[in-house]
Amino acid sequence: MSKRIEVSGLDIYYGKFKAVEGVDMIIESRTITALIGPSGCGKSTFLRSLNRMHEVIPGGRVTGKVVMDGEDLYGADVDPVNVRRQIGMVFQRPNPFPTMSIYDNVIAGVKLNGRRRMKRSELDDLVEQSLRGANLWEEVKDRLHRPGSSLSGGQQQRLCIARAIAVRPAVLLMDEPCSALDPISTLAIEDLMQELKAEFTIVIVTHNMQQAARVSDRTGFFNIAGTGQPGKLIEMDDTSVIFGNPKVKATEDYVSGRFG
Amino acid sequence: MTAPAQPAPAAVRSSLAGRSLPAWAPWTIVGVAIAVGLLAGVSTGLNVALGIVLGVLVALVAVPAVSTVVEGGRRARDRLATLLVTLAFALALLPLLSVLITVVDNGTARFDATFLTDDMRGVVGEGGGALHAIVGTLEITAAATLISVPIGVLCAVYLVEYGGGRWLARAITLLVDVMTGVPSIVAGLFAYALFSIFFGPGIRFGIGGAVALSVLMIPVVIRSVEEMLKLVPNELREAAYALGVPKWLTVVRVVLRTAAAGIATGVTIAISRVIGETAPLLIIAGATTRTNYDIFDGRMETLPIFTYQSLMNPGARPEFGVDRAWAAALTLIIIVMLLNLVARLISRFFSLPSGR
Repeated sequence: MSKRIEVSGLDIYYGKFKAVEGVDMIIESRTITALIGPSGCGKSTFLRSLNRMHEVIPGGRVTGKVVMDGEDLYGADVDPVNVRRQIGMVFQRPNPFPTMSIYDNVIAGVKLNGRRRMKRSELDDLVEQSLRGANLWEEVKDRLHRPGSSLSGGQQQRLCIARAIAVRPAVLLMDEPCSALDPISTLAIEDLMQELKAEFTIVIVTHNMQQAARVSDRTGFFNIAGTGQPGKLIEMDDTSVIFGNPKVKATEDYVSGRFG
Repeated sequence: MTAPAQPAPAAVRSSLAGRSLPAWAPWTIVGVAIAVGLLAGVSTGLNVALGIVLGVLVALVAVPAVSTVVEGGRRARDRLATLLVTLAFALALLPLLSVLITVVDNGTARFDATFLTDDMRGVVGEGGGALHAIVGTLEITAAATLISVPIGVLCAVYLVEYGGGRWLARAITLLVDVMTGVPSIVAGLFAYALFSIFFGPGIRFGIGGAVALSVLMIPVVIRSVEEMLKLVPNELREAAYALGVPKWLTVVRVVLRTAAAGIATGVTIAISRVIGETAPLLIIAGATTRTNYDIFDGRMETLPIFTYQSLMNPGARPEFGVDRAWAAALTLIIIVMLLNLVARLISRFFSLPSGR
């Protein structure tokens, strides 16, 4: 189910402005890849280009290749909607649909895609499975029909993860999923990522270097030469190498806190 | 270790506390000032209203003055601002209450069962009713709503979700702004000219009136729905896209659903805006004394036109006409009020579930 992504020569633009330049990266299947780097270096932009969410922003466009299991995601006839069904995303701020109950939030993707009608029992199973997958089931099983906004911030974020995994994507992108959460909720989500790794390929953007060191197998360091310059992937390696013995000086400075 | 003895807190006056007027003081001053003004106005034989105005002016000076002496400048300015805001509120409410009281006062005389069940066929003096006008108002307004809401909502969806500042979207926005300012009589002439092409000059029917009202209503609907759609957080759209939901479904099931309560309110405001229109309907819907249920055939009366006719052509006994005019005005206000009530209910039904 999980898939390998190869990125080559990827340039990302906002209108005329080149935000990210020349990224080559291999994201292995069933691993957690962390992207770190200072603010504004293009980590989030790069992440959003992996499931074609970047082009939702007016003027957003991309050149280069993103290949998932032999298929170019930016190929001529590729429908971004199909890409996003394969590659799910969790955002920085929890964003459950305010008009929907917890239950409806989880099945929102399945229901709104509406490719086929599911029976009530199938939906019930899917909700339980997804909420269990997101470590939220025990906390909400008695109030599935309360609004999603009635949950705490950490629970809302796990609800968003449940919603994302309910559509059975192959890859899960997480854009600073814990930056709005307290340490306990953060821990819950980090544990969850370790479990999800068995099924999904996970890419996470984080500002928290301990988090990157704790959860990820591979780490990529992005940096920017100065304002107005495009961000670049400076170095990518196993997490232990990036945090223990990086090859590039800038990486070492960043991970040891002497910079940024 | 023994803690040093604390000084008794009650003995020390807090440096943060200051002298302040009791809560009743400013309003008492206002009340006394107005009472004195009123008394002066009555006793000197001057205008009563002038007395109240004088009282208010005195209060506007007296309250800040007293406050300055007791509490200091900042509190005084706060008191003055509070008074001014309250005054503005009262001024805004004054005409509204005045209209309401006058209409209810004058309208109840003829607001009876006959008025709601009879039309004006063959009535020259006493009696008669506004059934034909009520039917006309309800049918024409409903038809106008049916035309305007789909066009308005779809147009707003285009402007917010798809237009994205393209020249077409900017042109539409400009045209909508212009249309908001179109005098209602022009809308009537437009509908008349339009239907004259197909049915020949002299055409009068209800649906023509509905088209004229739509011309006035569509820009209001577009404007309010546009504002509501803009309030929907972008994060919700992105959340839906990231689940692989196509854009049109995102708009229908997430954006419009989230904005539904606001849209319902906007539509009600638009209806209220046109339900009282007179001029365009005079041209294209005409006036009649008999009840016509068929919006596609024949002249139709509406309540504003009924009011106008009752006042201008009251027939043999003018006093009955005047009573009917007030009763019709009352009926119209009641309809608008009921409409607002329904909109409140719809809005509550659609509103976002509350936090916990």
